[in-house]
Amino acid sequence: MLSSTTLPTRRQMPQRLLFGKTLDDYLPTILLLIAAGALSVFLLLPLGTILLGSFRAEDGSITLSRFAEYFASAGTTTAIWNTVWISALVTAITLPLAFFYAYAIQRSCMPLRGFFRLIGMSPLLGPSLVGAISFIQWFGTQGVLNAWLGGHSVYGPIGIVISSVYASFPHAFMILLVALASADGRLYEAADALATSRWRKFTTITLPGAKYGLISAAMVVFSYTVSDFSIPKVIGGNFQVLAMEIYVQVVGQQNFNRGAVIALLLLLPVLLAFLIDWRVQRRQQASLTARAVPYAPRRSLRRDGLLFVYCAGLAIILLSVLGMTAFTSLVRFWPYNLELSLDHYTFGLGEAGVLDAYLNSLSIAGLTALFGTPFIFVCAYLLEKCRSGTGWLQTVVQAMATLPMGVPGMVLGIGYILFFNHPLNPLNGLYHTLAIMVIANVVHYYTSCHLTSLTALKSIDREFEAVSASLKVPRFVTFWRVTLPLCLPAVLDIARYLFISAMTTVSALVFLYSPQTIPASVSILNLDEAGEMGPATAMATLIVLTSVLVSLAYSLLTHVLFKRYQAWRHVGR
Amino acid sequence: MAQLKIQQLVKRFGNFVALDHIELEVERGEFVVLLGPSGCGKTTLLRAIGGLEIQDEGKIFQAGIDISRLPPAQRNYGIVFQSYALFPNLSVAENVAYGLHNRKADRQMTHQRVEQMLTLVGLPGSQEKFPAQLSGGQQQRVALARALATSPELLLLDEPLSALDAIERQRLRSEIRSLQTRLGVTTIMVTHDQEEALAMADRIVVMNLGKIQQIGTPKAVYRRPENDFVADFIGRANVLRGTVLEGQCIEIGQIRLRYRGTEACGTNVRFHIRPEEIRLLSTLDRSENSFYAQVVKTEYLGAYSLYTLVPQGASGSELVAQYATNYLNGWRIVPGATLRLCIPPEAIRPIHETP
Repeated sequence: MLSSTTLPTRRQMPQRLLFGKTLDDYLPTILLLIAAGALSVFLLLPLGTILLGSFRAEDGSITLSRFAEYFASAGTTTAIWNTVWISALVTAITLPLAFFYAYAIQRSCMPLRGFFRLIGMSPLLGPSLVGAISFIQWFGTQGVLNAWLGGHSVYGPIGIVISSVYASFPHAFMILLVALASADGRLYEAADALATSRWRKFTTITLPGAKYGLISAAMVVFSYTVSDFSIPKVIGGNFQVLAMEIYVQVVGQQNFNRGAVIALLLLLPVLLAFLIDWRVQRRQQASLTARAVPYAPRRSLRRDGLLFVYCAGLAIILLSVLGMTAFTSLVRFWPYNLELSLDHYTFGLGEAGVLDAYLNSLSIAGLTALFGTPFIFVCAYLLEKCRSGTGWLQTVVQAMATLPMGVPGMVLGIGYILFFNHPLNPLNGLYHTLAIMVIANVVHYYTSCHLTSLTALKSIDREFEAVSASLKVPRFVTFWRVTLPLCLPAVLDIARYLFISAMTTVSALVFLYSPQTIPASVSILNLDEAGEMGPATAMATLIVLTSVLVSLAYSLLTHVLFKRYQAWRHVGR
Repeated sequence: MAQLKIQQLVKRFGNFVALDHIELEVERGEFVVLLGPSGCGKTTLLRAIGGLEIQDEGKIFQAGIDISRLPPAQRNYGIVFQSYALFPNLSVAENVAYGLHNRKADRQMTHQRVEQMLTLVGLPGSQEKFPAQLSGGQQQRVALARALATSPELLLLDEPLSALDAIERQRLRSEIRSLQTRLGVTTIMVTHDQEEALAMADRIVVMNLGKIQQIGTPKAVYRRPENDFVADFIGRANVLRGTVLEGQCIEIGQIRLRYRGTEACGTNVRFHIRPEEIRLLSTLDRSENSFYAQVVKTEYLGAYSLYTLVPQGASGSELVAQYATNYLNGWRIVPGATLRLCIPPEAIRPIHETP
């Protein structure tokens, strides 16, 4: 018989604090308030300052004169028009390229699919300008394949377009991989039963199924191209685009307010694209029901063969871009002296004192991952698992967590200059420090990490919090013992993503560094400007290698961790 | 004193009223089942008792103490969910011990308690397993052990059997009931399965549209439903209309049936008849309350069959009768056949609407 005398007693009632509630009840709200404060200071206020900076005249009155001045100045309309058509063209090229590449990986039985998937991601390993530098080596005046351009110069729209396609390819590819990952096999079986042709199945089932992914990918590629300045900086020649204008105004002429005006213009199409994408994503939810039967592709020699040739061709091109960069960094003097040496690393970087930039980047990336990961994950946890009376606070934080996706890094950077560089700002001391670059990175890459956290948190049982409350176990104990271990893959993934993004980003940081805190990716830009192609490619190669190493370490770490400490993941019935 | 007392409980979600002035008392050691269709408010009521939803109006008392505004951690209950909600990264033993003290001095006692609880739910020796290694029924047993390990005064079960297959569901159903009887823990269970409710409950609380429709023992709720909803939701019911005549009779069309009611002569009444209470007579039987009816449709369901019948002389009133296969004893009833039926007076139950 069950006796209640020998039992360990239940946990003592926690100490009461206020109005019969305990610290455990208040902690989520307190933490969420802190998060809201931090996001306000490092996201909303800087963006607000841009608005103020562009609408307020010197005497403090609200005016449109800055916009009028900008539109009246020479070349403005050209820059806007150029930005639009270049971005549209890049989207039109990247989308089909990435779609068929992703299609081949998800919907065919060709060999080496895992390998092709990795290669498809490879442009993410380095800063976006790596492609531009590499294409100069390939197609520039001394380039190996210069003749292919038929007399046209690679400096200008041609260079911008191919470099942007290269740099934005993995972003579209990742979205389309997900969009094509799942399909309802029953639809294809029904079509087969009706003797539908292959092409008809593709246009009536496959394409509509990936519609939302395609729209999303198009928006991402468009925004990416609109807001990247480093590619036009390296390979654009005198070709005017908006992002480059901002750079010239802010870095070249120190005209911050003019920069703010252009930043607002840049923000418009990106925010618009972001809003379209956001609305579309919300509608996508119910497209696959729980009863759908996963589609499994069957072998087809002709289709698999064609797709294999396509993927192999694209993979060779992708690899040749990084390959050329690495090769240039290893030869004495491209293209005249092709003798292999490490001079560019030792003399070009080490003795010229540029190697410090690499160390800066390592610190920035490490700190971004170290502080960004817990902040973002805990914040997502509070939003998803601690729903309580503070409804408006949750809504506000949720909105602030989603906003960064729609803000280009350059715009964020200008906001930071205007806000933190202001002499009256008590946080003025942050300007030019590593800390502000770390913060800018966390904010810039916030949304994707937030969404990853939410997905992981949503996939675990909704009632864990209720169960632990009924057992009188404090919330944070359950967070530590259960929630965190369950979400560990997502958390590690976020850390890796933040590290690599911080290592390779240029956009926000280009406005925030000092000579002591210059990051590696920005130093490539400066080396390129000085004509130091060798050291520039050496630095780029170092960054790529670091990203590769971090990715490898991540795979190894997850493998070991799961095997040793998370045995429950492998037990089956 | 009642273990749990709920007074005028109201909960709204926007314009939707999930709980509409709920009044309920649960005695110590009682097994009460909240039964109703989805969206009737039964889960909201359970969550309000657990403090997982806070009501807009009304009070909840547990053992005489007002717990209306207390957070879940300061109430005294264990809870089991449909999804089991076991922590997948913790072993069975760690799951069961989750609410127990984990200080070193208590280790031995915790260990004993876990063993005791697992034996109680019929899973001795599975301490080191992970939830994923257990079947659904076994996982729910572990969840039960975890909820009971801290010896709570109150056990809340939120559709604990709905995720299980039919055989496992029946087995666990009787186990939970006998466990509850043995421990004497006051239990409130939510379900939408009437059979489950009838089999397990001391008292059933039938709910619909946020309101309590009827509270009573399984027998009372089944035999004396107080309104159409209860009559229809629990078991099947033929709801008919008739006029009361002299001498405790009801007239339906041209058929006169005796019944045990006290309604005034001439009133129109609605009453219901359970399909299994319509008797089948031999064709020439002339006993009281018997009449002829024509078979319109038959539905074979294995252990029993359902027959849709039109009584002669009251063609507007369709009846559904249920006959167990052994009752028919080989008799084949086909559509078009004419049967002699009898409805005993006590099977005719007038419905007194309680608004």
